[in-house]
Amino acid sequence: MADTTSMPMEASLAKVLVQRRAVMLGLVILVVFGAAAILAPVITPFEPAAMSVRNRLTAPNATWWLGTDEFGRDIFTRLIYAGRVSLLVGGGVAIISSLIGIALGLAGGFFRRLDGPVSRVIDAMMAFPDILLAISLVAALGGSLINVVLALSIVYAPRIARVVRASTLVIRELAYVEAARALGVATWRILVHHLLRNMVSPIIVQATFIFAYAMLAEAGLSFLGVGIDPETPTWGTMINTGRQYIDTAGWMILFPGISITLCVLALQLVGDGLRDALDPRISKEL
Amino acid sequence: MLTYIVKRFVGMAVVMFIVLTVVFVIVRLAPGDPAALMLGPEATPEDAMALRERLGLNRPIFVQYVGFLGQIASGDLGSSLFFNRPVLDVLAGRAEPTVFLSLFSLIIAIVIALPIGLVSAYTRGSLFDQASVSTAMLAASVPSFWTGLLFQQYLATKTGWFPVAGYGGPDADFFDRMRHLILPSVVLGIVNSALILRFSRAAMLDVLSDDFVRTARAKGMSEWRVVLRHALKNALIPIVTVVGLTFALLISGAVVTERVFNLPGIGSLVVGAVLRRDYPVIQGTLIVVAGLYVLINFLVDMLYLAIDPRVKY
Repeated sequence: MADTTSMPMEASLAKVLVQRRAVMLGLVILVVFGAAAILAPVITPFEPAAMSVRNRLTAPNATWWLGTDEFGRDIFTRLIYAGRVSLLVGGGVAIISSLIGIALGLAGGFFRRLDGPVSRVIDAMMAFPDILLAISLVAALGGSLINVVLALSIVYAPRIARVVRASTLVIRELAYVEAARALGVATWRILVHHLLRNMVSPIIVQATFIFAYAMLAEAGLSFLGVGIDPETPTWGTMINTGRQYIDTAGWMILFPGISITLCVLALQLVGDGLRDALDPRISKEL
Repeated sequence: MLTYIVKRFVGMAVVMFIVLTVVFVIVRLAPGDPAALMLGPEATPEDAMALRERLGLNRPIFVQYVGFLGQIASGDLGSSLFFNRPVLDVLAGRAEPTVFLSLFSLIIAIVIALPIGLVSAYTRGSLFDQASVSTAMLAASVPSFWTGLLFQQYLATKTGWFPVAGYGGPDADFFDRMRHLILPSVVLGIVNSALILRFSRAAMLDVLSDDFVRTARAKGMSEWRVVLRHALKNALIPIVTVVGLTFALLISGAVVTERVFNLPGIGSLVVGAVLRRDYPVIQGTLIVVAGLYVLINFLVDMLYLAIDPRVKY
C-alpha cells in the first residue's frame, strides 16, 4: 500500500508507478521507442531514403528485418526514423498545448471577468472535431512538421485549459491564496507559485493523453496526405503508400500500424497509471 | 425551465459567434494572397484579381468579417470554387454516407460497450473486467484507418463477405448503399466503443455502491431487477453525456474511415477540398459540423429531463 501522506510526493509517486505492472510496461515501450528514435543512425546501417530497386518488396529476412517497400527502402530503418517524427510531434504538441492551455485556464479561472469569454472560447474550440480542425489549420498554414505541431497544439490546448481552469477555481478560494493576496504578493507570483505549482499533477496526466492523441492525429493527417511533407517518413504515410501493396507486401502496413498502436497504448497506460497514482482516493487502494 | 432554455440559446449563439470568428481567422491564416493560393500556380494575376473581387478579399478585413457574419446569418455558406455550386448544396449531396456511417457506428458502439461495461462493473476486478478494460484501451490505441485497411483486406477482399469499397455506384438503391456502410461502421463502432465502455463501467461502479441499490437488495429484489431497473437507470446520465460527446469523435473517425473505404461523404469532401484549396467548402463544413455539435449537446441536456426526474432547469 502506498502511504501518500507520510512520504514526499515524488517518492510515493515513483513507488506507486513501479508497483503497477501496466505502467512499467508502458514506460518500457516508450523508452525502447525513444532510444530507437535517438540512436537511429547507430541502430541501422541504412539511410531511410536509400533505395535498392533490385530488392523492392522483399519480405522480412535476415538482411531486411522488416522487409522493404516499393522502392526497396528498408522498412525497419524508415520505421525508426518515422518514430522520431511521431514522438517529436506528440511531445511538441503536449508541451505547446500545455503552455497555451495553462495561460488560458489560469486567466479564465483566476480573473472573474475573463472567465465567461475564456470558457466560451474553450467551448467553441471543443465543438470542432479534432482531425477536421487540424486538417483545416494545416491547409491554411501549410504542411510542415512545425505547422502540424502548431495546428495540433491549437486543437488540444482547450483540453488543458479546461483542466487548469477547473483546478484554479478550486485553489483560488483556499486560505493560503487569500493570505498571499492579503500580504500583497504580486499577481503573477500567486499564479505561478501558489496556483500552477499545485496543479502540476492533473496537467501532466492530461498532457500524457494529449501526447497519445497527437500521435494518432498526426498519423491520420499523414495517412490522408494532408500532414507533414510526404518525403519525410512517418508511420501514417508508410501505411498510406503500403495500402496499394497490401496483397503482395502486407508488412508495409503491418509494422507501422503496430508501432502507432504500441506507442499510443504505452502512453495511455502511463497516463492512466499517473492519474490513479496522483489521485489519493485511488492510490490508497493499491 | 423557459429561462434555462433562453439562457442556453444565448450561450449557444455566443459559442457559434466564436466558432464563426475562428473559421474566419483560419481561412485567412494562410500566408500570401488567399486568392492566388486557391487558384494554384497556373493562375494569372487577372484570375486572382477576379477571385479577390468575387470573394470580397480586396475589402478591409473588418468589412470582410462583418460581411462574412451577415452572409452566414442569412444561411449562405458561399460557393464551392471547385464544384461551382453553393456549399450547402455540396454538403447536402455528401451528407447521406456520413450521417448513416455515424449513426450505424454509434449504434454498434453502444451495443458493444453498454452490456460489456455493465457486466464489467458488476464483476469488478474479475478476469472479464480486466480483459474488457484492457481491450477497450487497446481499441482506443489502434488507428481507425489501420483497422479499416485490415478489415477491408480480410473481411472483404479475401472473403468477399462485404463490399470492398465505394458506395455502390450511381444506380445503387438505398439497401445496396447501406450494405456498403456495414464494414466501415463496424470499424468505427469498435474504435468508438472504447470510450463508451469506460464511461458506462465507471458510471455503473458509482451507482452500484449507492444506498438505494443496497436497499433494493435488502428488500429481496432479484439481482436482474436491481441492476437493470435501479442501477442502470441511474447510470444513464453520464452514459448519455458521453454518447453525445462521441459525435465529435465519430466525425473525426468518419473523415479517415471514408477515405479508407472510398465513401463519397463529408470526410472525403473535406480532404478533397484541402488538396484543391477549396476554402469555402472547408469553411462551410467546419461551421456546419461545429453547429451540429453545439446542437447535439443542447439536445443531450434536454434529454436529461426525460431520463432523470431529479433534473430541473
